[in-house]
Amino acid sequence: MHPAFSVIFFTVASGAGYGLFMLMVLARLFNAEGMNMGTMLSAGMLALVLISAGLLSSTFHLANPKNAWRAFFRFRTSWLSREGVFAVLFYPFALLYLLLLWVLDNQNSTIMSGIGVLALLLALATVFSTGMIYACLKTIRQWNTALTPANYLLIGLATGGVLLVMLIMMNGGRGSSVAWLAGTLLLIAGITKAVYYFWIRTVIGPSINTATGFTRAQVRLLDTGHTAGTFLTDEFGYQADPQLLDSLKYMVFIFGFFLPACFMAAVFAGAGGWGSALLAALCALGGIGVERWLFFAEARHVVNLYHGAQRT
Amino acid sequence: MKLGLVIDLDVCVGCHACAVSCKQWNTSGTTGPLTDYHPYGEDPSGVWFNRIRHYEVGDYPNNKTINFPMSCMHCEQADCVDVCPTGASYKRAEDGVVLIDQDKCMGCNYCSWACPYGARELDRESGTMKKCTLCIDRIYDERLDPVDRQPSCVITCPAHARHFGDFDDPDSPVSRLVRERAGYQLMPELGYHPANQYLPPRLTRPVPVEDVKGKSLIHSVRDWVNKAVVR
Repeated sequence: MHPAFSVIFFTVASGAGYGLFMLMVLARLFNAEGMNMGTMLSAGMLALVLISAGLLSSTFHLANPKNAWRAFFRFRTSWLSREGVFAVLFYPFALLYLLLLWVLDNQNSTIMSGIGVLALLLALATVFSTGMIYACLKTIRQWNTALTPANYLLIGLATGGVLLVMLIMMNGGRGSSVAWLAGTLLLIAGITKAVYYFWIRTVIGPSINTATGFTRAQVRLLDTGHTAGTFLTDEFGYQADPQLLDSLKYMVFIFGFFLPACFMAAVFAGAGGWGSALLAALCALGGIGVERWLFFAEARHVVNLYHGAQRT
Repeated sequence: MKLGLVIDLDVCVGCHACAVSCKQWNTSGTTGPLTDYHPYGEDPSGVWFNRIRHYEVGDYPNNKTINFPMSCMHCEQADCVDVCPTGASYKRAEDGVVLIDQDKCMGCNYCSWACPYGARELDRESGTMKKCTLCIDRIYDERLDPVDRQPSCVITCPAHARHFGDFDDPDSPVSRLVRERAGYQLMPELGYHPANQYLPPRLTRPVPVEDVKGKSLIHSVRDWVNKAVVR
């Protein structure tokens, strides 16, 4: 699949934003250390900025954005529609939560917590829907797995956790308990990503034989019937160098999971300042950006079978 | 009703006439125009509802060329319709034809991702998705002669490789063809249940070649001269 920059930025930024908001509400609910007014407001604002920038960027890949408002109307069948509805419903609850926090001057209240939990659930539903947009496609076997929404949720939460630790330290906290949570999330997210990379190596799914119906002999493409590229070759024909794909996977694990997790362990042990926390956050977001690029670059749509691919 | 096409791979000669006539009819039809990009440039490209690919099945000397026209299969389980967030893609309840409302499409490409047969193509000019309509603006037009109330590709095909009809009617010509010639669906394992069916090439006796005489001396010389002379 063609890796579109707007969609990569959208899924990484809004995933981290929703993860940050979810962990912020959770940490506050369990009275974690360092969740003072400054941390809460800055985390809430950063989450909303990331989410809004991501959602805005996602509209850039539309060829006809003037009809984008219609995207909320097929909630019953379309995961894309569900994602849009949950994403928009999230805003009033998230803003109300932050407003109540400010009005109540950092006092806890049941109503505020209730609204926070609602916003948390909507954020969870949004990220899950983002994953399901890809996971529900039977045409792309690398995506058609329960690991896809699991990866999206875990990576969103893990990157959000690293951002939250950074903000806690910027606001004068130690952040050890949240760092422990973020480190654990990074570890689990890294393991599920590794499971995913091993799983997609197995060759399953349709072949050129079932695509053409000639299962009794080898089938080879003689001619695609067109001289220049078509929409199908532009959208689905993307093929990266396998060696590049493999070396990028090392980058994903080193920058996306290992280095941020090491840093979280250091924060848990009481070392490091907010400057290095910022570095860890940038490192994690960069690594996850590469992970998202790979997610698209490695996906092989079955229509490639008609253009000569033997297997997907 | 379950309208669709039967494509006879035994007689398709791969002339692309169906694709050309489809383009001609539909570019001024309900989902037209079918935009062309640099039609007179180096790499002409554009939107097509129907594409023909060519394959070789089997290894020499037991090989065979298969010409393979593909358009929208009007699937019973049309995932492209389910994933559409705007409701622009829809499947008609009365005849099963899958269509796109050009006024509602936002050009997100998601339906083309859900289609395994490459039937949907984005028009970069209009920013909307376009696809085979089964010539919906033709098959119900009562001003046309009954014989002309068929998709443009079916009428055009010089080899009679394309047939149009109702698969719900067991006595329709398309149902009979599928039954008698063992018609099949493409990629049945994905579970889309495409309406369109393909007829495999008939089994024929191999043509004996052992008794064919080799080239005579004069023919060999003539071939050599033809190759040697630079024209």
